[in-house]
Amino acid sequence: MKILVIEDDPKATALMLKGLKDQGHDADHAPDGKSGLSQAMSGQYDVLIVDRMLPFMDGMAVIMALRALGVDTPALILSALGSLEDRLHGLRNGGDDYLTKPCSLGELIARVELLGRRRSSQKAETSLKVGDLEMDLLARKVKRAGRAIELHPREFKLLEYLMRNAGSVVTRTMLLENVWEFHFDPQTNVIEVHIARLRQKIDRDFGSPLIHTVRGAGYCLRA
Amino acid sequence: MALFGLALLLSAGLVVFALLYDVTDSFLEGQAGQAAAAELEGLEAHHRRGGLPKLRQVLEDRMVTGHPIAGVYLLSGPDGARVAGNLPAWPDAVPDAEGRLFFQADAAKTGTEGPPPGTQPVLAFTRTLLDGHRLLVGAWLGERRQFRNRIVETLFWGFIVIAGMSAAGGLAIRRNVTRRLETINRTTRQIIDGQLHARIPHSPGGDELDRLAANLNDMLDKIERLMNGLRHLSDDIAHDLRTPLNRLRGQLEMVAIEMREDDPVREAVQDAIQEADRLLEMFGALLSIAKAEAGYQRMPLTDVALSPVVWRVVELYEPVAEEKSMALSVRIDRPFVVRGQEQLLAQALANLVDNAVKHTPEGGGILVAVAPSQDEPGTGELIVADSGPGIPPEDRKRVLGRFIRLDRSRSTPGNGLGLALVDAVVRLHGARLVMEDNGPGLRVRLCFPILAIHDVGSVTVD
Repeated sequence: MKILVIEDDPKATALMLKGLKDQGHDADHAPDGKSGLSQAMSGQYDVLIVDRMLPFMDGMAVIMALRALGVDTPALILSALGSLEDRLHGLRNGGDDYLTKPCSLGELIARVELLGRRRSSQKAETSLKVGDLEMDLLARKVKRAGRAIELHPREFKLLEYLMRNAGSVVTRTMLLENVWEFHFDPQTNVIEVHIARLRQKIDRDFGSPLIHTVRGAGYCLRA
Repeated sequence: MALFGLALLLSAGLVVFALLYDVTDSFLEGQAGQAAAAELEGLEAHHRRGGLPKLRQVLEDRMVTGHPIAGVYLLSGPDGARVAGNLPAWPDAVPDAEGRLFFQADAAKTGTEGPPPGTQPVLAFTRTLLDGHRLLVGAWLGERRQFRNRIVETLFWGFIVIAGMSAAGGLAIRRNVTRRLETINRTTRQIIDGQLHARIPHSPGGDELDRLAANLNDMLDKIERLMNGLRHLSDDIAHDLRTPLNRLRGQLEMVAIEMREDDPVREAVQDAIQEADRLLEMFGALLSIAKAEAGYQRMPLTDVALSPVVWRVVELYEPVAEEKSMALSVRIDRPFVVRGQEQLLAQALANLVDNAVKHTPEGGGILVAVAPSQDEPGTGELIVADSGPGIPPEDRKRVLGRFIRLDRSRSTPGNGLGLALVDAVVRLHGARLVMEDNGPGLRVRLCFPILAIHDVGSVTVD
């Protein structure tokens, strides 16, 4: 994936670039809003990582300018401002995802990869399939190797999210935001228990596990 | 207050009125009396010089004009028989301490033209002359009394008009002041409710109330500046302190990635990353508390139905409770809507449930309930009750502070910020937090002002 990092903090940039390159991505860097805008205007990138506070032109202005120019490259806003209002403002004005700044590299990379993937598969599906696991989104039924599996509504939603993002790492925070719509981290690791329960139903009675734990980052569903 | 003022005004008016009445009365009577006394003095002098014939002569002369100096005259002999004058007989009245004689006389019979016809009051002085004759000189009071009555009447109506105008004026001023105080009250209420930009309207260079409004506005400007400063400071902290901490974490992450799976140091690096996560989490919690405490300014408030929030939080914790063989049940009696911030309410509830799950022993029970308050109408309660060890009454206030943990061994996980956040969220929503003994266990009640009740009946689920 080709990624542009628009960020003024050199240390944070170095870390992000290294992390992205280690994961096999091609990452470029722009140190301020203006150069970021001119580089992103080319439309050659798959994902943009945009810091909100930038010299010369702030991150939101860069994204709004790009959208006005018809450049629809997915943009992840990176900001130290973490209130819900700031988040909504960012997402309403052309941002595709919003990450509050003290975030782990794993979280950042997981979200960036998801954004890049989402772009290539944006069609409405009625069923999902990962390996021998099948999900019928209309009848709300799940089957593995032809055997029906009973799921609670929330488990269904959790599995649906994992299947839609199959092959990518999804973090605890991403699950809390997208499955439970909570924008905070509970003290107890409740997600771990939910995943354990889901594993009981999806993986226990079958040969190869589909849900994998990615240490220090999150989970990944893959065949 | 207004009635009291009016009563004060009226009684002051009555006192002035009575004083004026008295002064006018005694002045007019004194004038009449002086005239009569002077005439009596003069007539006595005539008698001394010219004897009885001279006195009779003078009296006759006085009668002729029809406008005698005093008004009423009588000269009677030592036997009491009338000798001269215009009064038919000596009056029955007894003189008072100052020698004044008050009686009624028929003006028509005296032949004087001054007083109005009919029986009129007279003020007279008497003197016994050297030869035993008695002389009486009196003045008609009728005319003077009429004059006095006119003055009194004028005063009375004047007083009525003044009292009426003062009452109307007072009411108008009062209404004006009340209206302007109400404006000030409304604005302060708005500010308490979080609209920090609200200001009291006032006209420049007006009266004391305008100056009060202007001063209050200046004070509000200052407070708003301070609040903005604080907000920027917390943003700066978020940006400047969390960033290097996060960078540290990132670098540790990079180190961990570079290491081989079986590297003995790898475990230590993973621990360091977890420690950094705990620090960042604590920092995040402190910032959330600070934001909730800073008020509504940055929080868009919406109408939040509490029961869906309850369901979502309970669903989130349900597997954890099940792992500890706890019954996590929900009871919803008449769900209600509050004005607030959904994510903060969810976080507060999650913290309470989190605490309950942590402190309740295996096999215990936790109840989350939504119900209208029993003792406070217009108030709804969100209750989290557990069967854990509870909190002793003397510690209940203390646990709301930051970094307070009652578990001395600190064996249960947590940073001591959970309840502090609950407290800040509760206060942000104008609600009240009550901790009670659940016999056994702890019952936390959050009492919210209700916006609306969604009457869909009660739900109880285990």
